[in-house]
Amino acid sequence: MNNKDLPGLYVHVPFCKTKCPYCDFYSITDPSLIQSWLDGIEKEALIYNREWLPAFDTLYIGGGTPSILDEYGLGRLMDILRNSFSFAPDTEVTIEVNPDDITASRLACYEALGINRLSIGVQSLQEAELRFLQRRHTAIAAERAIGLVQSSGFRNFGVDLMYGFHGQTRKSWTDTLERVLSWGPAHLSCYQLTLSDGTPFGRMVSEGTLKRATEEQERQFFIHTSHFLQDHGFIHYEVSNFAKGEEYFSCHNLKYWQRAPYLGLGPGAHSFRDNARWWNCRSVRDYCRLLLEGKRPVAGQERLSPEQVRLEMLLLGFRTARGVDMDDIVDQPFNGEVLARLTSSGIVRVEENRVSPTLNGYLIADRLPLMFFSLISFFIKVFY
Amino acid sequence: MKHIRNFSIIAHIDHGKSTLADRLIQYTNLVDERQFRDQILDTMDIERERGITIKSQTIDLPYMDNDGREFELNLIDTPGHVDFSYEVSRALASCEGVLLLVDASQGVEAQTLANLYAAMEHDLVIIPVINKIDLPVADIERVKLEIDHELGLDPDSAILCSAKEGTGIEDIFAAITGRIPPPAGDPEKPLSALIFDAHYDPFRGTIVSCRLFDGTVRPGDMIRLMSNGTTYKVEEVGIFHLAREQRKELTAGMVGYIIAGIKTVSDTRIGDTITLDANPAPAPLPGFKEVKPVVFSSIYPIASDDYQSLLEALEKYKLNDASLIYQKDSSAALGQGFRCGFLGLLHLEIVQERLEREFDQSIIMTAPSVQYRFILTDGDVIVVDNPLYYPDPAKIKASEEPFIRAAILVPERYVGAVMKLCMDRRGVNSHLNYPTPGRVEVTFDLPLAEIIFDFYDKLKSITQGYGSFDYEITDYRESDLVRLDILVNGEKVDALSILVHRDRARDRAVTICERLKEEIPRQQFKIAIQGAIGGKIIARSTVSAFRKDVTAKCYGGDITRKRKLLEKQKKGKRRMRMVGNVEIPQSAFMAALKTDNE
Ligand SMILES: Nc1nc2c(ncn2[C@@H]2O[C@H](COP(=O)(O)OP(=O)(O)O)[C@@H](O)[C@H]2O)c(=O)[nH]1
Ligand code: SF4
Ligand SMILES: [Mg+2]
Repeated sequence: MNNKDLPGLYVHVPFCKTKCPYCDFYSITDPSLIQSWLDGIEKEALIYNREWLPAFDTLYIGGGTPSILDEYGLGRLMDILRNSFSFAPDTEVTIEVNPDDITASRLACYEALGINRLSIGVQSLQEAELRFLQRRHTAIAAERAIGLVQSSGFRNFGVDLMYGFHGQTRKSWTDTLERVLSWGPAHLSCYQLTLSDGTPFGRMVSEGTLKRATEEQERQFFIHTSHFLQDHGFIHYEVSNFAKGEEYFSCHNLKYWQRAPYLGLGPGAHSFRDNARWWNCRSVRDYCRLLLEGKRPVAGQERLSPEQVRLEMLLLGFRTARGVDMDDIVDQPFNGEVLARLTSSGIVRVEENRVSPTLNGYLIADRLPLMFFSLISFFIKVFY
Repeated sequence: MKHIRNFSIIAHIDHGKSTLADRLIQYTNLVDERQFRDQILDTMDIERERGITIKSQTIDLPYMDNDGREFELNLIDTPGHVDFSYEVSRALASCEGVLLLVDASQGVEAQTLANLYAAMEHDLVIIPVINKIDLPVADIERVKLEIDHELGLDPDSAILCSAKEGTGIEDIFAAITGRIPPPAGDPEKPLSALIFDAHYDPFRGTIVSCRLFDGTVRPGDMIRLMSNGTTYKVEEVGIFHLAREQRKELTAGMVGYIIAGIKTVSDTRIGDTITLDANPAPAPLPGFKEVKPVVFSSIYPIASDDYQSLLEALEKYKLNDASLIYQKDSSAALGQGFRCGFLGLLHLEIVQERLEREFDQSIIMTAPSVQYRFILTDGDVIVVDNPLYYPDPAKIKASEEPFIRAAILVPERYVGAVMKLCMDRRGVNSHLNYPTPGRVEVTFDLPLAEIIFDFYDKLKSITQGYGSFDYEITDYRESDLVRLDILVNGEKVDALSILVHRDRARDRAVTICERLKEEIPRQQFKIAIQGAIGGKIIARSTVSAFRKDVTAKCYGGDITRKRKLLEKQKKGKRRMRMVGNVEIPQSAFMAALKTDNE
């Protein structure tokens, strides 16, 4: 399946029917721009089709809400991609879908277009929580949608869930998990609600009208989720991701974590190759305009220094069960000592020359890399 | 022939000294409107940001009165902080008169008084100026009463002014030219010039600012600095407009600069007398003294391999600031560094900030200390400003610490709170004086160590901003001193040790432990912080281990954002030092000083 050398392709569908109050991804609610966006994708694909000759072995249609596209729109998108790029035989083709948008004919269309993996944004099965999150669908609608998926040909579907918000109880969260598991999903993404500045929820937090879950609550939810899902046979293979078996890991997302090359098309999409990263402008209008003018819609780019490469390897590695190659860590003075300390305190484990995070390590995955960094020039001092 | 007046503006901080200087400069059209900026004499970034004057600046204002007489008015702007009071006294010694500025809404404050006394010591003509009369809360009658009762000056002689709006400026010029006498002095006598400031110029070396009392100096003259007898050949003399303006000579009564191939400002002494080598003055001008640092602290580079670069930065910094002293120091926790002496806490902060901003150094400073004296059982007396060198307690016969005399001016209703504050800080020998109805002058003897940290902030807060304060160092007194050590996870962090009075040790230990608990970021293990005297633990706190910090998903391959976040934290880590296996940020070292409990 996952071939680290082959690149992945990502397409950003920047449209949503309504905007969720916690969301800080780029998306707009004006569907009238879909045509121009598709025209843009077509032009952008033409720019890159010569530079990205090797076949892609993953395609991920994300958003936004890709399921907002009707059969015609999605058909055109897939035509564009097929005409511009080559894909390996068993390419993993994922689309993110909203339960509300799922119909039997839509599913049939996905299948016909070669899509073989669904990522379904269920978020919760508690009506009160769905209202709080201002999602379009209800729990009943989600159950119905899953019923349709099960009676279609899709076996490889994953469910996205959210947890760790104020007012959610362990009981309600466990109930959601249990009911979702009864559907037999191959993959689960369980994200903690992030309250970012600049979102309506973020503003409510600063005004004091919305409370954050405490760090201890978040920690308990995280541990509980992992234990619960592992007890049900899932592999906790990335901080927020669980799969029923290795064959169900998200190959596309693995490319991000393993620093494999990927090309992102569409507004705000990110690309990576040969230690260079670049990203597109976020505005749909600017994106379309630049392409019309024959320019690349790139908003920024960077070439990584060796130091940055190293930081990324740790930052990404420690988010996954696979961890980090021991040699990438102990090449710096004193990191051996740090490693010994982290191992003895149960934060990481060392196996087969790889350093991987334990559950407690996952909890502080964002901080782990710095522990192997701060000390390059500073010394651990032993007193007296 | 031009008429000369030498004057200075003195005031309590924020009463409008810099603003008035701006107005006077603008009035003389020395700077064209486009180039003008507010607080024009405060040229350093740090002065402009903090709104304080650190270095003296001198400017010669050309002025013509109604009778067509041409004047050269030398305005000597002085630093507005007790740390620099010696510099101020030398600047005042260079003048014949001062504008004593009083804020019409605040009235007379402690530094108004202190400045007035300093001006009176030099027999200067004092022109009271009531500033900020444009403010709706201005209370001119009350301020006049205070000028009468507290300053003992004729309130009718006060000029009403709004430096902000430019009202009263002509009256001020009239008073400067009319009331301040021209400088006396004989250009034919042997040269005697007072150094009141020195600046470093990378191209010219030291630029000495001086006031000539007698004699004449010209390029080519051999001058002699009377305190140490060194001689230099004068390259250039001149006066200060906004830039330096070269002149053929400086003569008695003038204020100006001398460039004489003097390498660093440390080769000159403020208050020293310049004379001619060939024809020296019989005696130096009075009032010269060596300024001695009163506050000491160690500076360490955050990365120990930056020691050399810190040394170079200090050397460069010192070119322009003779009052900073430093010598090598080393700590078990922080490695190689420097023990530095400062004129006061503001001076310390300035040095810290400039080293970081202008010299790009990442540094850690340890708790400031005063200089203690220990009389040992064998009769030796040692002076210790660094807790590292605290002698073996068994060998100490007696210990002594420096005391100050503090003068605090407050409205009567705050007297209780001020008395309590001073007593909490081991104040003794209090006196109350009621100069004007409703106002009290509180004087206290206090240990210097008790006021160098946050005394002024505390005073401001308990008096809701109405209290003001001034002090002078008086003497050493016997005191029961101990060394308070701080242990992090059982390991002593020598750089956090402080010397403290035994009665205050427990309180300080508790506060420091609490402060450190807030400042030390949680790490993946629990951190115990303890305060100890000798081997005995007297306070403790715990930093709990962190539990979780995994944040949002890496969406759509946006790794950059996440990495940048880490890079930022990584930079923040540049301000941390590993001590044992705990990361201690620089802020912890400073926070440990605050005595506040909240
Ligand atoms: N309203 C009013 N404000 C003034 C006047 N003079 C100065 N200020 C303000 O008072 C503050 C302190 O003035 P500044 O000249 O920096 O005081 P310094 O500390 O004595 O140099 C500044 O915010 C000035 O703008 C005045 O005549 N009227
Ligand atoms: S549907 Fe998804 S992308 Fe759209 S606003 Fe909601 S959370 Fe954001
Ligand atoms: Mg000022």
